[in-house]
Parts: sequence; C-alpha cells; structure tokens
Amino acid sequence: MKKAEKIREGDVRTATRLIRNLEDRLPEAKTTLKHIFPYTGKAHIVGITGSPGAGKSTLTDALITSFREKKRTVGVLAVDPTSPFTGGAILGDRIRMQRHAEDSEVFIRSLATRGALGGLSKAVGDAVHILDAMGKDVIIVETVGAGQQEVEVVNHAHTVIVVMVPGMGDEIQVMKAGIMEIADIFVINKADREGAQQLYSLIEAMLNMAHDFPGGWRPPVIMVENVFEPVSFKEKVEELSLKIDEHYQHLTGSQLLGDRLRRKTIVEINEALRDFILEPVLRDLVTSGEFDCMVEKLTHRESDPYTLAEEVARRYLKESH
Amino acid sequence: MAQRKIRVMVAKPGLDGHDRGARVLARCFREAGFEVIYTGCHQSPEQIATAAMQEDVDLVGLSCLSGAHRHLFPKVVELLREQGAEDIIVIGGGIIPDEDFKMLYNAGLKAIFTPGAPLATIVEWVRNHVVPRS
Repeated sequence: MKKAEKIREGDVRTATRLIRNLEDRLPEAKTTLKHIFPYTGKAHIVGITGSPGAGKSTLTDALITSFREKKRTVGVLAVDPTSPFTGGAILGDRIRMQRHAEDSEVFIRSLATRGALGGLSKAVGDAVHILDAMGKDVIIVETVGAGQQEVEVVNHAHTVIVVMVPGMGDEIQVMKAGIMEIADIFVINKADREGAQQLYSLIEAMLNMAHDFPGGWRPPVIMVENVFEPVSFKEKVEELSLKIDEHYQHLTGSQLLGDRLRRKTIVEINEALRDFILEPVLRDLVTSGEFDCMVEKLTHRESDPYTLAEEVARRYLKESH
Repeated sequence: MAQRKIRVMVAKPGLDGHDRGARVLARCFREAGFEVIYTGCHQSPEQIATAAMQEDVDLVGLSCLSGAHRHLFPKVVELLREQGAEDIIVIGGGIIPDEDFKMLYNAGLKAIFTPGAPLATIVEWVRNHVVPRS
C-alpha cells in the first residue's frame, strides 16, 4: 500500500523498481499493482509504431517538447528487442530523448521485449498503469521497429501513430492486413526523400477504398519533412500533436473510447488469467521435472502435445469441478 | 517465471565524442545477456544520473577519453547519492592515469578499466559485483 502511495506522489525509484519487478515477473509486484489500479485510467496513451529507422524516437522526442510546451506531463515507454540467443538487449531509443533528462515532468523508461511477440514487452500494459498513476498526462509507447505483425500496441493505446518512410514498401504492402489497419494517424517521415508523394497517394488510395471509418474518423496522413530543417519540422510536429489531441477528443466524444477500453480490458483479463493459472502450473511442472519428461516424450514421438496437455489439465482442473 | 535480469547503463559524460569503446562494451554486455541502456555522447552528469534512476539500472559504466574524468566521474556518484541511489554501482573506463585511481576510488567508483582491459574481465567483474535488488 505504501508503495502505491509513493508512486502516486511521483517517486521515481519506487515506480521504476516496480516496473523492473514486473519485468522480472516477481509475484509480489502484482500485489502493488492492485493498489495502483484505482488511480489509473486518466492518461492519454499514444502508441508509436513503424519500421526500424523510420524515425520513431526522433518523433517521440519532438512530441515530448510539444506536449511540454502545453504544460502537460509526459511518460515514455520505449521498447527495443531482446536477443533470442543471449537474452541481452541494447536499449538505445533514449539517446534521442536525452535532452529531456533534466525535466522532472518527463519520465522515460526503456523496456526490452524479452521474447514477447507483437512488438511490445509483456510488462508494457502494467508499466502504462504505473505511469498513469504517477499522474502523467500523456504516455507515449514506442514499440520495436514494426514488421507486418507488430500490431499489439493497438491493445494498449488510445491513439496509434504509424510512421512510414518513402522507399520501403510497395503497393502490396499497403494492401496487406496488419500494421496499416491499426493507424489512427499516418506519418510519412523523411518526406524530403524520393517517393514520398507516391507513398502519400498509396495511403490515400487505400483509405479511399475503406467503406466506412469507425466513428467517422478518417486517419489523416501527415508528411514530416527533413528533420534537419528545424522550423518546418517543428511546425509539422505541432500539426501532429494537434491531430493527436483531436483524435482523443473524437474518441471521448463518441462510443469509440468505450470500445477501445473494452478491447484493452479483454486483453488484460486474458493476460491476468494466464499469469495466475498457467504460470503456476508451468512453474510446478518445471520444478518437479515433469516438464523435461514431457519434452523428452515429445521429441521421441512417444506422445503428442495434446495428450500431454490433457493429462495436465485433468489433474489441475479436477479440484474446481 | 521470475528471473532477475542485470540492467546496466553505458554513458559518455562530457565533451569527448569518441564512443567506439563504449559501443563495443555495450555490445559485449548485450552478448553477456544484460539489458544495456546506451545514452550516447556529450552527457552531463545530471543527465546520466537521472537516466540511471529512471531506468533503475544496477550499474553505470562511464567512459571518458578527454581527461575530464577527475571532475565528471565523482560528480555522477555524488548526484546518485544525493537522490538516494547510492546502491547503483559506478565504474569508469578510458584514458585514466594510474595516479588518478586512488582519487576516483575514494570518490566512490568501484572499478576502473583502462585500454587493454579484456572485455571478458569487465563482464566477469559485473557478474561478480551486481546483485539485482527487489
């Protein structure tokens, strides 16, 4: 309980230690989260996704400046990939945001994916709650450089920005399911490059084909030019920042926010059930050595995954019936 | 399942822009399975200390080749201490003359590695001295 209060008072050490304990999956960390939960749900959560090198971190940095100029407090969760071989990670997105390090109203935390699929770390949802309880007005979640399937951010954000750069896709990419569908706002970054206009037309053409937009929000496409030209860059970022606000107002003024929250809640319940039901069972199986036996049986084709799972389920679910 | 992960920060304080060594070390820590936060060049001690707090790292590795280590390294330790984060271990590396070692250790640095120190030795040192806290 005391920890929850400290976090609400904005104590950085307590907050960041809790995020860490959640990442490390210490069971007691979840208990603190229970006390924090009633104080969440106030922040505007903005997701930023897009291919590696598209300029997500630079854009995040510029957005922090824009929000701070409007006296809003900002939290950032920057996700980078974990090595599948060593379990290590280089978390380097912070480099581009370091000029905010001395602003006490900006809190930036890097997270590694730790093997989670979908472009986010498993702890992201919980970390968002912590930053929310700390009283941050805006929380920016920057995902790992997204491929076609890194769309999980849509479950955690109110407003999703998809950042694209010219010369990296073709017509078929724009048609495929996935990343293109989750955008509330498109940003064509590095728009001074060749092919920017073409990319713009492709996205617009794709949007023109949509039959309707939920709640009537047609995702705007913003071209952000040359980051080395400070004046025009700043203007474009301001435009983006205003669109982000506009989108949030649009959500809150309609049924849409409720729909998003519901989707987020379903994901959260699913994850919590997994944590409290599947995890303890797995832990049991591993410590008793049964898990290894199962792996052995499977590799020698002495059984199949379904039979093994059924046996385990029968044993564990018996009590509840 | 609970598994504590070592988190380290590699930072370059001051005006020196030669970060090859720091990047090699960051990469080497990654290979060792650590989570490495790299903050880049030209960082003030204040920026480094704040980032270390926000990221909740176990250890900060400072690199300096410009000769300003006598001023910059102790400053980082001092700032962490002021904010109640004296448990974050600070180590230093770079062009550091032998006669400065004592002064840096007295200031609170826990280890100094100079050019030629094998990467494996540094990783081993970190493994032996970092106990992730909860």
